[in-house]
Amino acid sequence: MPELSIDGLPHRFVPGTTVAAALMSSGDRCSRTSVSGQRRAPLCGMGICQECRVNIDGMRRLACQTLCRDGMQVETRP
Amino acid sequence: MTEHVDLLIIGAGPAGMAAALAAAPRGLNIAVLDDNPLPGGQIWRDGPQAQVPQQAREMRAQLQQLGNVRVHSGCKVIALAGPKRLLLEDAARGWVLSYDTLILCTGARERLLPFPGWTLPGVTGAGGLQALIKGGLPVANERIVIAGSGPLLLASSATAQKHGAQVVRIAEQAPLAAVAGFAAGLWRWPNKAIQAITLGSAVYRTSAHVLAALGRDRLEAVRVKVGDKVEELACERLACGFGLVPNVEIASALGCAVRDQAVVVDDWQASSVADHYAAGECTGFGGSELALVEGRIAGLAAIGARDEARKLWAERRRWQGFADRLNTAFRLDPALRTLAQPDTVVCRCEDVRHADLVEHGNWSHAKLATRCGMGACQGRICSTAAQTLFGWAPPQLRPPFSPARISTLACLDEGDVV
Amino acid sequence: MTDSPALKGDAADVIIIGGGIIGAACADELASRGLHVLVLDCQRPAATAAGMGHLVVLDHSEAELALGEYSVRAWRELAAQMPEDCAMRTNGTMWLACNEEEMAEAERKQVALSAYGLSCQLLTGAELARAEPSLRPGLLGALKVSGDGILYAPNAARWLLQRQGRRITRRQAEAVELQGNRVRLASGEWLQAPAVVLASGIYARELCPDLPLQAKKGHLLITDRYPAQITHTLVELGYVTSAHKGNGPSVAFNVQQRPTGQLFIGSSRQFDNHNPDIDAAMLGRMLRRAMDFLPGLGEMNGIRSWTGFRSASPDGQPLIGEHPHQPGLWLAVGHEGLGVTTAPGTAHLLAAQMLRTQPPLDLQPYLPQRFIGAHTHA
Repeated sequence: MPELSIDGLPHRFVPGTTVAAALMSSGDRCSRTSVSGQRRAPLCGMGICQECRVNIDGMRRLACQTLCRDGMQVETRP
Repeated sequence: MTEHVDLLIIGAGPAGMAAALAAAPRGLNIAVLDDNPLPGGQIWRDGPQAQVPQQAREMRAQLQQLGNVRVHSGCKVIALAGPKRLLLEDAARGWVLSYDTLILCTGARERLLPFPGWTLPGVTGAGGLQALIKGGLPVANERIVIAGSGPLLLASSATAQKHGAQVVRIAEQAPLAAVAGFAAGLWRWPNKAIQAITLGSAVYRTSAHVLAALGRDRLEAVRVKVGDKVEELACERLACGFGLVPNVEIASALGCAVRDQAVVVDDWQASSVADHYAAGECTGFGGSELALVEGRIAGLAAIGARDEARKLWAERRRWQGFADRLNTAFRLDPALRTLAQPDTVVCRCEDVRHADLVEHGNWSHAKLATRCGMGACQGRICSTAAQTLFGWAPPQLRPPFSPARISTLACLDEGDVV
Repeated sequence: MTDSPALKGDAADVIIIGGGIIGAACADELASRGLHVLVLDCQRPAATAAGMGHLVVLDHSEAELALGEYSVRAWRELAAQMPEDCAMRTNGTMWLACNEEEMAEAERKQVALSAYGLSCQLLTGAELARAEPSLRPGLLGALKVSGDGILYAPNAARWLLQRQGRRITRRQAEAVELQGNRVRLASGEWLQAPAVVLASGIYARELCPDLPLQAKKGHLLITDRYPAQITHTLVELGYVTSAHKGNGPSVAFNVQQRPTGQLFIGSSRQFDNHNPDIDAAMLGRMLRRAMDFLPGLGEMNGIRSWTGFRSASPDGQPLIGEHPHQPGLWLAVGHEGLGVTTAPGTAHLLAAQMLRTQPPLDLQPYLPQRFIGAHTHA
């Protein structure tokens, strides 16, 4: 089964799963830390709210519009 | 590098796919842009936990087989790069695309209104939850409260239950009379009758709205007002959305007339700008059947097949009737404006609270004074909320229309024209 | 100041038109000297909110260097009192040299600034690479000006308008006509005071058409939040040479990293253009230039762009003083890209003239009569 890493933790996924769905079941299940230090999780699920901004292989991308790939490195605390 | 197409369609939901299929037989060079990983838009979103209808799968397969149609998935429109030229970006590159004719099928997004605790992990939109579940979010054995307004609450509930969640409450803010009246009229639209059955669900309540999401680091419970009573429900998820708002930002930037937050179109789905059409939810919410027929009309009109397009007007009228009933039934109660408390965050990107905003007379002043709307979502969430909360008109976007790499934006310098 | 004391019917001792950084600094200084000040602001988008908040000493002329050095020093003295949301940082400016001509300019600048007591230091290419590792390799060197800084100007202006308490009254109102020391508001109401100060930047010519001010449009872009990439405000020395080479549109590299972690990118110049819309080609050029110096920028996300207008005088120095033909009307305009930098100095020079005290600098280079002509009365 393919696997990616979320904040260093390995996470297995079914092909076709979005990074947002994956990170919402891994670690603290959050995607970013807000300006005032609160953890946040994906909200709108459709690429609008920007709460699911994460670093994916070094680039800032929206998790809800990105499919998991084997070997992907996702950081929610870049 | 600049590419050129004869016909550009923005959005690969029902409207965009229908437009592409209608126009393709003419043999034009067609591109369809969509920012999701797969075509389908919201309603036909594909994923490991999605049930894409037969019609959607057929349309996708047809599109794939057409040699003159190219679908760019995972692609966003970033800026206008000149007359009939757009700067685009996907994961790999930024580039400029020029076109002769454009059809906007940019769909709609959920209206998310602030209430205490709405920033807690565990809170999503109603359509948001459905999208996330389709994309693989496990919800088995989770207790979910669904709240807000509109038939989307039922669709979201159905998806959640299908994947093992326990929906403990559906809180619809519209009153029973409005919702019942809408349901009673559904016999005119046979496919919709199925959803009407679920209105009789044991957990569905009308004149009900969320008061607060409770929890420390994540959602633990939801406080809901049902009529005159207040209930507190322990749960793992709250999926809350208050109807849909058309995505008109690109249309507006192109100079297309927009009224009541919807792109204005004529009988041919033509906008106020020559060679620019619009179809689907971005012209006003109406469901997938309406989007399909509008998309088809736009595609036919764009290639000059007016007689064929005119034949579809009756069908469009029929589905427009459904849309009108829907928008009337689920009108938002003004009381929703008061959900936000003084220290409720309104701008989630910059953590600007309601109390910070309330003293300003309009969006522009509020933005300058508080930085509300200056974050990554460029005000899409908070300015939509501000319209309901304060009556402020939402702003016109400047580029980038979505966050975009500097290397992409640098392509605007015209040094890359091929 | 004219000799007539505040009369009954005067709205205040001084009315200031414009509550941006210049108006705020002037209000603060005059109030600190005991005057009651009324600040009128109509909240139109303007330079204080649009600009980079860069505190930078430039030296195209002796006058520019004198005013800049004095004023940035004043900002540093204010730093300890400023609230955190003004985000003041004395992070220094790094003037970058790409070639021998620019390196020679760095050396000349080092001499000129040092003579004024500024702490500045020439860096070799290797030293620069160690100080700012995000820069592309191959730069010849740089001049580091340690006393320069950055701040968040809208909050600094707000703080200056609040800290003198009730001696400063603020009123949201639009001034539509100006006659010496009398102002008509959009409501039709006339206000007067012994002195009126015009500090409305790019809008000043609407009230005083004889002001020789020209708009210079600039583009800016800010990125999402990223971990620290750069320390100093980075500016190319080509900025200096291109800014004064002809009237064509130009871009020059200018980047700072805000305390939020966002990278703030400029700069561009366009003349004879009053259109506030983004010019896509100019934005692209500016960003391409930025990527030349900071290759890593290419992978970062820009989230917002906007434009601003600098109000420039023919010789690049502001007009600070009484209007030669309109007694009672005082000018504090024409700051081009140095409004935030020179706000304290402007305020001190203006107050000294109004209250007839010893000015901290020679006034001549900034007096309005160098353009508008001599006083028409004794």
